Amino acid sequence: MRGGWLAVYAVLYLAFLYAPIVLLPLFAFNDSTIIAFPLTGFTTRWFSELPQTPALIASVRTSLVIAVTTAILSTVLGICAARAGARYRFPGKRPILGFIMLPLVLPEIIVAVSLLVVILGLGLSLSSWTVILGHTLICTPFSIAILNSAFANLDASLEEAAVDLGESRWSSFRLVTLPLVMPGIISSLLIAFTISLDEFIIAFFLTGSDPTLPVYLWGQLRFPQKIPVVMALGTILVALSVLLLTVAEFFRRRGVARAGGRDTGGFL
Amino acid sequence: MTKTIIALHRVEKHYGDYHALRGIDLTIGEGEFFSLLGPSGCGKTTLLRTIAGFEQVSAGQVLLDGRDMQGVPANRRPTNMVFQSYAIFPHLSVAQNVGFGLRRAPLSRQDRAAAVDQALAMVGLAGYGGRAAHALSGGQRQRVALARALILKPRVLLLDEPLSALDKKLREQMQDELRRLQRQLGITFILVTHDQEEALIMSDRIAVMFEGEIAQLADPQTLYRRPASRRVAEFIGMMSFLPARVSGDEVEVAGLGRCRVERDQAPAGLRDGDAHAGIRPELLSLLYEGEQTDRRTALGEVVERAYFGDMTYYDMQLDGAGAPVTISMKNIPGRPVLERGAKARVAWDARSLVIFP
Repeated sequence: MRGGWLAVYAVLYLAFLYAPIVLLPLFAFNDSTIIAFPLTGFTTRWFSELPQTPALIASVRTSLVIAVTTAILSTVLGICAARAGARYRFPGKRPILGFIMLPLVLPEIIVAVSLLVVILGLGLSLSSWTVILGHTLICTPFSIAILNSAFANLDASLEEAAVDLGESRWSSFRLVTLPLVMPGIISSLLIAFTISLDEFIIAFFLTGSDPTLPVYLWGQLRFPQKIPVVMALGTILVALSVLLLTVAEFFRRRGVARAGGRDTGGFL
Repeated sequence: MTKTIIALHRVEKHYGDYHALRGIDLTIGEGEFFSLLGPSGCGKTTLLRTIAGFEQVSAGQVLLDGRDMQGVPANRRPTNMVFQSYAIFPHLSVAQNVGFGLRRAPLSRQDRAAAVDQALAMVGLAGYGGRAAHALSGGQRQRVALARALILKPRVLLLDEPLSALDKKLREQMQDELRRLQRQLGITFILVTHDQEEALIMSDRIAVMFEGEIAQLADPQTLYRRPASRRVAEFIGMMSFLPARVSGDEVEVAGLGRCRVERDQAPAGLRDGDAHAGIRPELLSLLYEGEQTDRRTALGEVVERAYFGDMTYYDMQLDGAGAPVTISMKNIPGRPVLERGAKARVAWDARSLVIFP
């Protein structure tokens, strides 16, 4: 009955993983300010209260600006690193590529505190830009991981063939390489966007006068009557995150298939 | 030779410590089918990429049509290349692949489509234009790559091991087609290959390369019959070597006997003393019981045999020779396949020997 125990373990594991997330929408639609069972009734009141909170709207806007900028920056950096890694040989390549990936496993609190020390030491003031800096730092490894599989499956002769047929180096990149890695780029943009959007620790340490959404939400938790609204917002965020990750993975897989390579890695 | 189209003068290529090309001197004529033949790592692909413009020479000169190609990038050279992997753009259709090089040409849409159709017809893929490139078979990819390179009417077509990924039947068919295309178009073809048979079948001239140097440059027949060195002889086809002693223009070959040789039979010159005599398997024959011959004869014993259907290859230990020699015999009625241990006479001619130091 070894298989049976493993199945029980798997079910328990999944329950612990996802049960809290299931509670989120449950209480978001519950007609009571007290977060407790039994449920008292169905309401969409908390969702309709969302837009009537100007500070909340402002924090959503701040978060979106930061997430979009971070996504673009880390994807551009990821493209450069992945292409260099796939195409060129240079001294110290492995340690350098290893170091770039390090923030992936570094505790965020360490990244956040040390960045704060450096930024204050440099005499810079905290703003959305400092959050973007921190988020780009932690998102770039994800972008590289995704783009690596897109670039590594690419035949180096493809660009040479385009040059041979009369295109310049840049137009060869644009006409041949870019369309072939585009699915990887889209999936990198989406994942970096998602990570930045719900990141809390770095945003909490480095944010200036405009809090990001997670930081704002954390502040609201002190007021019990606001909690159902936070639950409503959380529900929307979970739904959006799942959607974005699914789309990202779809594009990554399509890219691997299009370049005719084997699937190695990926997140879903 | 016709008008020179490519001239290389003392071309050198270094990759760090690695000396890939060592003083290559070479001229290739207009309309020639030229092959660079050698084992992997001999520099043949580097040389091809140097002509294409993907590698810059470390020293020396590459002249194309009399024009120095120093600093001229690949996209401005009148050469096109068929890559070993074919490098078919997987996100484009067959027609878009073939028409890729015409993007910058001042052509109307109709003219462009007509040129693509014509190029596809030329390689036997008429009507395939609308297909997705990634859905093609190996042989079809090869043809698309060919059409894509030829549509620009290059002065020189460069082929980097284009047939190595195909199975035997398809490879033989493509060899014929490449040869036919080359004759029909009159374009200079430069083929890189490690397959000596392919080079012999297809080329007007062949440069055999070892370790970044040209070991011999000759037409296929000269290359096969009068290889310049033992190494070339061993690389091109099969050759057996017997110890020999030279005195004047006389050679005493162990196991075969004494004979007189001509100057052209010793590519490195005849010098008195120890030497090696090389001979091809088909230039020796076994004599069966009662067979008469006016050729020279020697005695030997079959030590190994390999039956190929049309041919049988024998390893014969000649009396008084060190190592056995290989003999190939056509299997025809009246010539039974000999078993190991059988004794037989071997017929040979003085003109068949090649003498190496």
